[in-house]
Amino acid sequence: MGIEIKSFATLAKYLPENGQDYPIEPGETVRSLITKLGIPEKDVTLVFINALRSSLDSEIADGDRVGLFPPVGGG
Amino acid sequence: MPKILRINCRTQEYSFDEVGQYAGLGGRALTSRIINKEVPATSHPLSAENKLVIASGLLGGSTAANSGRVSVGTKSPLTGGIKESNSGGLFGHRMPKLGLLAIVLEDKPEEDAPFSTLFITEDRVEFRDASDIAGMDTYPGHDKLLAEYGDKLCAAMIGPAGETLRKTATIQFTDPYKRPARSAGRGGTGAVLGSKKIKAIVLDPEVNVKVSAVDNDAFKEARSTWVSILKGHPVTAEGLPGFGTSVLVNVINEAGALPTKNFRFGQCDHAADISGEKIAEVITERGGKTTEGCHTGCIIQCSQQYNDANGNYLSSGFEYETVWAFGANAMIRDIDDIAMMDRLCDEKGMDTIEIGNTIAVAMDGGIIPWGDGKAAIELLKKVGTDDPMGMIIGNGVDFAGGAFGVERLPTVKGQSMPAYDPRAVKGVGVTYATTAMGADHTAGYGVTANVLGVGGTVDGHKKEGNVELSKNLQVATAAIDSMGFCLFVAFAVLDSENGVQIMADLVQSWTGNSFSVDDLVALGAGAMQDEQDFNERAGFSKVDDQLPRFFETDPLPPHNVVWDYTVDELQGAKA
Repeated sequence: MGIEIKSFATLAKYLPENGQDYPIEPGETVRSLITKLGIPEKDVTLVFINALRSSLDSEIADGDRVGLFPPVGGG
Repeated sequence: MPKILRINCRTQEYSFDEVGQYAGLGGRALTSRIINKEVPATSHPLSAENKLVIASGLLGGSTAANSGRVSVGTKSPLTGGIKESNSGGLFGHRMPKLGLLAIVLEDKPEEDAPFSTLFITEDRVEFRDASDIAGMDTYPGHDKLLAEYGDKLCAAMIGPAGETLRKTATIQFTDPYKRPARSAGRGGTGAVLGSKKIKAIVLDPEVNVKVSAVDNDAFKEARSTWVSILKGHPVTAEGLPGFGTSVLVNVINEAGALPTKNFRFGQCDHAADISGEKIAEVITERGGKTTEGCHTGCIIQCSQQYNDANGNYLSSGFEYETVWAFGANAMIRDIDDIAMMDRLCDEKGMDTIEIGNTIAVAMDGGIIPWGDGKAAIELLKKVGTDDPMGMIIGNGVDFAGGAFGVERLPTVKGQSMPAYDPRAVKGVGVTYATTAMGADHTAGYGVTANVLGVGGTVDGHKKEGNVELSKNLQVATAAIDSMGFCLFVAFAVLDSENGVQIMADLVQSWTGNSFSVDDLVALGAGAMQDEQDFNERAGFSKVDDQLPRFFETDPLPPHNVVWDYTVDELQGAKA
């Protein structure tokens, strides 16, 4: 199973080489994913899976696109 | 006590008045009250009956962090309704140091009168000949003012767009780095100044009336707690200074809400090329600045200085809305072209949101190709001349769309939409529909709960909860705009337990007037009531509190969401 990972802003440095087709296990959640990537949980504020707002507990499926952001704002 | 300075632009008479019936008001609450009470609601915005009010907030002149914004109020040449346009720069904190709470410009001289520079000092106003700067872009014009008045110059000025009365015309304000790079952006306030033949307003740099808190001990304590609130929230302390507002390009794109190709799609293929991350990379490579503040006392520092490929300063105040409008909505991929257009908009003095959307409409109308940055630059350069194309572009989306025969016009009350598609971010969509300002995101920034996880969570794809979300944010924002605060303090305040109380404590201890949280809410609600009252008398009704029909009929990819509120449901957001 493979997913697309996008990590942005201060999380960009955690993007793995194979971020375009990153292997995941069955039952993978966003939380288990960021643990694998070495991203501290407190640094992840916004999670999108296939453009829908999700959370650390959300399950990830094969072929999903996962977007991760730190706390951000703007206008 | 600070005074209200009234200036008649025809007779050149002026008076420094006690605040009288306007006591207790500041910023937007003051400008909206004055416009509502004193401007006939059916007058033409360019006529002698319209007024232009510039006001600092209740905390103007103070050392409270992020409290130096300035409000400009008028009847808008763009919307025909009431307008408050808010800006950074030096003006907001300087006015009280000349003993001023507000400046009210009234009447207008004959059509062929020359432009003047208003020189304002502690007890006097002079109309000075502006022929040396009339017709100039703002940067060279501002340089002339710097040469004449010195490095402590604090000015407001219009560019060629305002002089030629374009509906997109801004008023540009001196920033802390001696550039005319901060804007009262939306609604054509610059055209009102142009109609009164005022090219620039200069506050005497030598005057420094001492201002201080009435209850200094209480003020110092509240000021210190306020700093910890702003420094204690990751958005205001790290996110905004780190990547600036354009960090939202990737966020809103990821959420499928980034309006692309004149509001056809919610994602843009080249979002990464125009993102905050990309901009920060380019700035760093070229020796610009990735973080700086727009006014004295700002501790959020969300803005930047962008340099060109030769390492020379090109623009600042280069923000998400601008990057989105030209880069995604008009599909321009080259970040240098977009930065050049940000600079051109400051030079001509025109609203980047309205102009960016007008460029997209021009592309939709076949005037120039989609995504053609160089062609867009040439169109912008025509604004402020008597080239008919420049006159059309400078008048915004509805006017240009009518000229070009384009049906897809994303406007409400004549003002075009900002960088969040209302179908996917319904919390801000309700604001676009119902605020007296026209399609305006700052008036009630529902993006916080819909997308950013600040101040709770409300699903932006569904109707539930978004009318209430928008209404509450509209009242809070109007209060923030009336106290002189930068709106970005809201990111910290929405997630804090005592933020609102501390804002009230700051106002109470600074002014010496009793000011509770209830008073703060009433200040904001009162401003909105003045605005709704004016608009009703100007001829607006609930029919104008709606989005264009194509938002209901056209599903927005990737989520295929539509706008589905009824007119009556939306009225729930009104004060």
